Amino acid sequence: MAVTSKAAGPGNVTVDERVARVGSLRRLLVRPEMGAVSGAILVWAFFAIVAGDRGFLSLNGTANYLVVSAELGILAVAVALLMIGGEFDLSIGSVLGACGMIVAVLSAQHGWNIWAAIAASLCFALLIGFINGVFVHRTGLPSFIVTLGMLFVIRGATIGLTRRETGRTQVGGLAKVDGYDAAHKVFASHVEIGGASFSVAILWWLGIAALATWILLRTAFGNWITGVGGSAQAARNVGVPVARVRILLFMGTAVSAWLVSVIQAVTFTGSDVLRGQFREFYAIVAVVIGGTLLTGGYGTAIGAVLGALIYGMVQQGIVFAGVDADWFQVFLGAMLLAAVLINRFVRNRAVGGVR
Amino acid sequence: MSTQATPLIEVDNVSKYFGSVIALKDVSMSVDRGEVMCLLGDNGAGKSTLIKIISGVYPPDEGQLRVDGNAVRFTSPRHALDAGIATVYQDLAMIPLMGIARNFFLGSEPQRGWGPLRRFDTARADRVTREELAKMGILVRDTSQPVGTLSGGERQSIAIARAVYFGAKVLILDEPTAALGVKEAGVVLRYIAQARARGLGVVLITHNVHHAYPIGDRFTLLNRGRSVGTFRKSEISREEVVAMMAGGEELDELSHELEEFARSDRLAAAELVESARNLAQEASAVREDTAR
Repeated sequence: MAVTSKAAGPGNVTVDERVARVGSLRRLLVRPEMGAVSGAILVWAFFAIVAGDRGFLSLNGTANYLVVSAELGILAVAVALLMIGGEFDLSIGSVLGACGMIVAVLSAQHGWNIWAAIAASLCFALLIGFINGVFVHRTGLPSFIVTLGMLFVIRGATIGLTRRETGRTQVGGLAKVDGYDAAHKVFASHVEIGGASFSVAILWWLGIAALATWILLRTAFGNWITGVGGSAQAARNVGVPVARVRILLFMGTAVSAWLVSVIQAVTFTGSDVLRGQFREFYAIVAVVIGGTLLTGGYGTAIGAVLGALIYGMVQQGIVFAGVDADWFQVFLGAMLLAAVLINRFVRNRAVGGVR
Repeated sequence: MSTQATPLIEVDNVSKYFGSVIALKDVSMSVDRGEVMCLLGDNGAGKSTLIKIISGVYPPDEGQLRVDGNAVRFTSPRHALDAGIATVYQDLAMIPLMGIARNFFLGSEPQRGWGPLRRFDTARADRVTREELAKMGILVRDTSQPVGTLSGGERQSIAIARAVYFGAKVLILDEPTAALGVKEAGVVLRYIAQARARGLGVVLITHNVHHAYPIGDRFTLLNRGRSVGTFRKSEISREEVVAMMAGGEELDELSHELEEFARSDRLAAAELVESARNLAQEASAVREDTAR
């Protein structure tokens, strides 16, 4: 870089102004997820020392926390795209619970083939995502509030309707319905590696993360997401279809909740109306730990993967370490605060410039 | 294609009302190829309303807008953009956290591949950005550098380069030098001159006569929603422009400042206040004369 700037020579005021800035910036702001990479290594090293002899380092231990990470990570990757696009979705936990219940009630209670029930719940998720997106875009209200309302509406309706339909709040018996074996293969099977069994959810997680990264970095749509999150007005001025971007992002988070709901319903052969509670907040925590800015316009899907990995390692690591699991939330909250401080620093570096 | 007789854009007796407020009344203006038309006026004179009409944000209530001699009625900024009218807004030109190339192509990304593998051709975006900026005399080493790390002048210049690359025939610049230092403003003015040399028509909106006068070919002055007149540079001196446009404001400000001083030195300042008021009156007299 330095060579080019010298070659540019005199007569251009803009050149020499920028050289020093790029140098210092490059060192500090390599990638938005750098904080999460070092965080993940630190957390892993911490539990390797504290709980290494109690199974944290074993393949089984690894498989154990990776499932936890995967189930949050699928949500977190979709939430990361949405947050880079400048919006929040607090309704995903409820959508997760509702979708699981739709699958369980339709197949176990009404005798549907499980694939039909899964398709029905997918339609429901797409509809909710669409409504969220249109509502936020049309009214201009903060998505935080809109989806907070949606969170309660969907959770309450799930509990109310399930109780009216079945008289209970838990529905089981999925293992006996048509198509369950095939569904189990796709959503809940395990792969044996070195004597430990890894859940297929991990593959879903990594696949979705790869897809999201590709969209973000290598498609026009990805560029629009970043643009809309950075400044919706500026993006609109250059012809980005802001409404379409927002609606599709909300549909993406709803579909991620649907996928996790199906994985859980098939794994546990049933569902519970409260499933997915607080997932919306944990997903945001993972995304923010992964270096995505709360204000939008900046972040990566890989960061969300690392954030979810840290979440899984902390949650299971504490169990391995023999510490009371109550302390998990303290640990997670402290990590979130540390992450936002680092993010603020990064952002100031990035936009600091002259102004 | 067309001669000097048909301007690129013609605004013909345009009026715009917001409720009972008359934002613009019977304003006419035109821009030719290879010309910088400066739109001057005080705050509230109607400059913003006029450029928003030209750039398709809202339609005029009365009057007509003609592009290449044909009457048009824009329904959206995109519509105006497709007709070759690009607007660079002061603060909303670029997205600070995005890289230069990604900003440059935002909304018009070059793509390659087919079907689901259709993707953003980032290599081409980088190369074109580099080439286009080089044509404007801006040398970029790293096109992924966040735009926020660039200076205000560089950002404006890149926004201008982008508009030129995407085939703008008319460039509307809203206060491009307002937040810039002296040197920076000079850089931006140079890019405006380059755009003009490439045959674009430029509408430059500004408060600053010292920026407008050297680059402008013609000047349209607005006052309280009406056109005071359009003047070729040969017909009007810098001082007359100042007097007509900002004279009242600047001198009022001066008399206000002097009133502040008066607290400490009443007698001496009273004279100064008086003379500043006289100046303001003279300025408005000149303004009325020229208007006639």
